[in-house]
Amino acid sequence: MAAAGAAQEKQFPPALLSFFIYNPRFGPREGEEEKKILFYHPNEVEKNEKIRNVGLCEAIVQFTRTFSPSKPAKSLHTQKNRQFFNEPEENFWMVMVVRNPMIEKHSKDGKPIVEYQEEELLLFNGTFLKAMEDGGVKVLKERLEKFFHRYLQTLHLQSCDLLDIFGGISFFPLDKMTYLKIQSFINKMEESLNIVKYTAFLYNDQLIWSGLEQDDMRILYKYLTTSLFPRHIEPELAGRDSPIRAEMPGNLQHYGRFLTGPLNLNDPEAKCRFPKIFVNTDDTYEELHLIVYKAMSAAVCFMIDASMQPSLDFCRRLDSIVGPQLTVLASDICEQYNINKRISGSEKEPQFKFIYFNHMNLAEKSTIHMRKTPSISLTSVHPDLMKILGDINSDFTRMDEDEEIIVKAMSDYWVVGKKSDQRELYVILNQKNANLIEVNEEVKKLCATQFNNIFFLD
Amino acid sequence: MSEEEEDYYLELCERPVHFEKANPVNCVFFDEANKQVFAVRSGGATGVVVKGPEDRSPISFRMEDKGEVKCIKFSLGNKILAVQRTAKTVVLPEKRSLKLLKSQNINVNWYMYCPESSVILLSTTVLGNVLQPFYFRAGTMSKLSKFEIELPAAPKSTKLSLSERDIAMATIYGQLHVLFLRHHSRTSNSAGAEVVLYHLPREGVCKKTHILKLNRTGKFALNVVDNLVVVHHQDTETSVIFDIKLRGEFDGTITLHHPVLPARSIQPYQIPMAGPASVTSQSPVPCKLYSSSWIVFQPDIIISASQGYLWTLQVKLQPVVNLLLDKGRLMDFLLQRRDCKMVILSVCSQMLSESDRGTLPVIATVFDKLNHEYKKYLEAEQNYTMVVETGQSRSNPLLKRPVRTQAVIDQSDMYTHVLSVFTEKKEIPHKFVIAVLMEYIRSLNQFQIPVQHYLHELVIKTLVQHNLFYMLHQFLQYHVLSDSKPLACLLLSLESIYPPAHQLSLDMLKRLSTANDEIVEVLLSKHQVLAALRFIRGIGGHDNISARKFLDAAKQTEDNMLFYTIFRFFEQRNQRLRGNPNFTPGEHCDEHVAFFKQVFGDQALMKPTTF
Repeated sequence: MAAAGAAQEKQFPPALLSFFIYNPRFGPREGEEEKKILFYHPNEVEKNEKIRNVGLCEAIVQFTRTFSPSKPAKSLHTQKNRQFFNEPEENFWMVMVVRNPMIEKHSKDGKPIVEYQEEELLLFNGTFLKAMEDGGVKVLKERLEKFFHRYLQTLHLQSCDLLDIFGGISFFPLDKMTYLKIQSFINKMEESLNIVKYTAFLYNDQLIWSGLEQDDMRILYKYLTTSLFPRHIEPELAGRDSPIRAEMPGNLQHYGRFLTGPLNLNDPEAKCRFPKIFVNTDDTYEELHLIVYKAMSAAVCFMIDASMQPSLDFCRRLDSIVGPQLTVLASDICEQYNINKRISGSEKEPQFKFIYFNHMNLAEKSTIHMRKTPSISLTSVHPDLMKILGDINSDFTRMDEDEEIIVKAMSDYWVVGKKSDQRELYVILNQKNANLIEVNEEVKKLCATQFNNIFFLD
Repeated sequence: MSEEEEDYYLELCERPVHFEKANPVNCVFFDEANKQVFAVRSGGATGVVVKGPEDRSPISFRMEDKGEVKCIKFSLGNKILAVQRTAKTVVLPEKRSLKLLKSQNINVNWYMYCPESSVILLSTTVLGNVLQPFYFRAGTMSKLSKFEIELPAAPKSTKLSLSERDIAMATIYGQLHVLFLRHHSRTSNSAGAEVVLYHLPREGVCKKTHILKLNRTGKFALNVVDNLVVVHHQDTETSVIFDIKLRGEFDGTITLHHPVLPARSIQPYQIPMAGPASVTSQSPVPCKLYSSSWIVFQPDIIISASQGYLWTLQVKLQPVVNLLLDKGRLMDFLLQRRDCKMVILSVCSQMLSESDRGTLPVIATVFDKLNHEYKKYLEAEQNYTMVVETGQSRSNPLLKRPVRTQAVIDQSDMYTHVLSVFTEKKEIPHKFVIAVLMEYIRSLNQFQIPVQHYLHELVIKTLVQHNLFYMLHQFLQYHVLSDSKPLACLLLSLESIYPPAHQLSLDMLKRLSTANDEIVEVLLSKHQVLAALRFIRGIGGHDNISARKFLDAAKQTEDNMLFYTIFRFFEQRNQRLRGNPNFTPGEHCDEHVAFFKQVFGDQALMKPTTF
């Protein structure tokens, strides 16, 4: 892996070299260093090398702490790779080592990813300390192994871009009336399935309603859109997903089905196991079962207290109550969405290529991405331009003030980054003969048409 | 006992008309047109007393006893008295002449007149079941198309088979109906008697429209109260009510109805004891209800000649609430009643109470029914205003301002009597409170009724109280809570507990497009002086702003470079507007000029440029 010639190196995408978690308190004495390591990827690495690498990280963190006691080093950039240090809980360290894509350029995408990893870990496993309370280091190690074994496979560093940095939520555009209908549906469902604690509603993989707090929803959204939904796309495309269940007498025809939990409700042996998630870890620390149920493009997540074990009867009841109504609602949304699209005329290809992100509600919008899945990022612009976007973003994060950056790229494209209060907008213009003033005017025009309903400074 | 009492949904009016009871020397007559009772003593020689339900003082007079009085009536306005003593003569005590306006020759078995609608019904043919209606208006008489009442079974003989006792006429929901009480006949397989309703329009043919199933046999009497058909049953001493607007079983032409509520007696009635003060210790006497001496007149009159009382029959709505458990049907019923408002509001409060809580689908149904009625009124009102404003009202003299009935329950009624009280209750889970408020807002939107600001405020208040800021954020994001200045200000005030409220508020002010001054104030208060200036320049208002205000704000930031920039901007504005960069005394900027000189030196001031 390391034996790559300089000539070929340029073509290598960034890649994950190693990822490990340790706690220096677990093996403070000499000869016990191995105990510090809670998780190490790749596992095949020789024990001594593991210990060496962990020791090095420990040393770097300790050393840099002398300069900045409250904010120890977050990353270390070397010629070949970059290391990220993250301390999600006191004395628990997560370290990720990423190979640089090119010698002269560096990816800034790594940092947030470590943080998301931690968040997603949190969502599915709760805190490290909680796991320790549950069963000591052994349980913690088992859980880490189980989680990261799967998780690291879904990590595709080469396709990470600005959107991964934001970790935003794409909201489904909807008129007020349809939105209220969805509200009404959710409230009625929560009432009749009285054990539901929180509900989230998505359409076309975009969020419409979250009963969870924003931070928890952000992680759940990422899990749903990058992991759970993609896994179910294939059967849907294959047409195996339309079980109009007319065979059950008295059952209304509907398209509802469980994405988590029982696959076949008619099977009396069907397993009603749902993934467990942990939310509000800062204060109330709630453990929940995640039920994801989908009809056509509408997906609804019901979260119920983990102390209750949903039975097959419950699942059948849920299916019979939610299924028909969700099916009707899904077709309502689809119809309304098409009407709105026709009215606003947004069916046409957008003239501008832009990425918008609002830190306040995590709303993201991109006309650059044709398709974004964890493994493929299909953008309509050159990766070099995406890189510039990343660079502008990292400039913005260093500044508190509102600012605007206009870049003329080598390829005759103009790239504009604007930051207003909590919002960021990145525009790519293909007008090679335009001057700075004209580019500025173009962006103003875009803001006036696309963002006229928000306060966005010119 | 109170439970029992609450069950009676029919009652006799509190203040009946009292008259001298009928006896061999006192004859009692009732005139349906004026609703007056005539007590004629000794053929009128010892006095005639006339009383009506609305008359404050009775009319008394004497007249000569010229034999038995068969019928006695006043004309409208009590101007002319007519007395009938023989089968073929009518006497008018004063000398008057009558003019024959029009005549029709028909063989008539009996007639029936409905004063409310000025329609007379004549029973013709041998069986008597072909009815010929005439309509009187402004001195003319017009013949309406005749119709046949279907008799229960083919009559064996050719004798009169339709009695006037089984026919009534009444206006129900503004339409004249002929009610036919069809008794149970052995040949038909129906379980009991039924009331058949024929709709008799001014124009067009009379059609059989509704059948009211009584499911019992015996002696019946009909009343119509508040557009409800009341059927009294003497054998069981109970009554049932029918509402033809409630959904029944429709077969394509005729709708079959069952009683709205289980049969109940009219509420027991105590006859107040009148008499000398010495005997007042006597308790009131219970009145015998459904007595055989009762005579029933349309639409709502019950007379007991033997006891000397005339009552109007009334419907009590409160007991209906407990008898009609289907809330949707209950609402349909209540919305058609005259004095329904407070009862409806109490039903709403009840279904939101913790002890008697309705499910959300039921609550949604009730809200939809209320708002359907509310919207109908708003639309009528809007149409009326439009017609008046465009001056079309002169060409349409029949145009009337729509009447606001009690069934119109608007947002303010709901807010005052139901929702504001409901949201204050601590014992109700906030999830339910929010669900109910959203359901009401959903229903209003569904009927395209603009939602009032105070409802939005109620939602926000509830969300804020329970720290549900992210929920609030999402509602605002989808514009469920409409933009308004008060709402934007409310959001601003939430910034300290929920920072994103600041952005939400600014966005809202921006969308309102009438709140630019507010936006500048908000930005200045956050020391975003440059942002404020750029904003006002962006909308082209920078020539009219106060320099002093911006310079003050810039100075407060203690950022000298910012102060410099702002100062320079206004110098340039001065130059552009007045050809001189100096501030005028009216701008009150001396203090800032001095500060500028102190920090940056005199030479930093902009020099006047001349061209």
